[in-house]
Amino acid sequence: MSVLFSLFVIAAILLLAIGIYSLVVTRNLMRILLSLEILTKAVTLLMIGVGYMTGKLAEAQTYVITIIIIEVMLLVISTGILFGVFKANGSLDTKGLNNLKG
Amino acid sequence: MIILLAGLVAAAICCVILQDLLKASIALAGLSAILSIIMFILKAPLAAVFELSVCAGLITVIFVSAVSMTRVRSKDEASEMAKARRKRFVLLPVLLIVLLCAALILIWPHISALIPYAGVPMGGQTEQDIFWNQRQADLIGQIVIILAGVFGVLIFFKERD
Repeated sequence: MSVLFSLFVIAAILLLAIGIYSLVVTRNLMRILLSLEILTKAVTLLMIGVGYMTGKLAEAQTYVITIIIIEVMLLVISTGILFGVFKANGSLDTKGLNNLKG
Repeated sequence: MIILLAGLVAAAICCVILQDLLKASIALAGLSAILSIIMFILKAPLAAVFELSVCAGLITVIFVSAVSMTRVRSKDEASEMAKARRKRFVLLPVLLIVLLCAALILIWPHISALIPYAGVPMGGQTEQDIFWNQRQADLIGQIVIILAGVFGVLIFFKERD
C-alpha cells in the first residue's frame, strides 16, 4: 500500500517540478496557463492518492471536484485576460507587457 | 499503475516541451485522461467523470479555440522561437532526474510516517452525503466562483464602442 502511495508522491513531485520549471522559464502567456494546469493536476493526483490511502476517498472526491471547478473558472477568466492582452499588444509575450511601466 | 504514472509524467513533459501550442493542449488533454483512468482504478468515479468531461473536454476546447484565435507567427519567427525554447528547456531532464533520485532516496523509506491513519475506512458515508450535507460552504463557494467566471467572461468579451 505504501509503495503505491510513494509512487503517487513521486509522480506528483515530478509534475510539480515540470510545472514550476515551465512557469519560470517560459514567456508565453498561453504556456503559463498550461503550466498552471499541470500544477493543479499534480495537486489533484496527490489528493486522490491521499484519500485512497487514508480511506477517506469520498471526502477527497468532493475536494477534487471543488479544485476542478476553481481550475476551470481560473482558466476561463485568464483566457479572457489573454485575449485582451493579445488585442492590445498583438503578442502573448510577457516581455511586451510593460504598458503601465513608468 | 506504474505505467499510468509514467505516462502522466511523460504527457506533462510533452505538454511543456512541444513547440506547437495545439499539440501541447492535446498532450494536456491526454494528461487529464490518464489522471481520470487512475481515479477510476482507485474507485473515485465521481471525480474521474468530472476530470474527464471538464478537464479533458472543456479545457481542451477552450485552449484550442484560444490557440486558433491568437496565431500570427511566421515560419522564421517560429524556428527562432523553437531554438530559444530548446535552450531554455535543456535543464529540465537534469532537474527531473535529480528530483527522482532525491525522492527515491529521501521519501521512499519514510513514506509510512506521512500517512498516520492509513487504511482507516470512512464510516459508510458516500460522496453525495459529504458533498450535499457536510460541505455546504464549499457549494456556496463554487456557485460564487462560477458566477464570477460568467461575469468575468461577459466583461472581457463585451464589445466596446
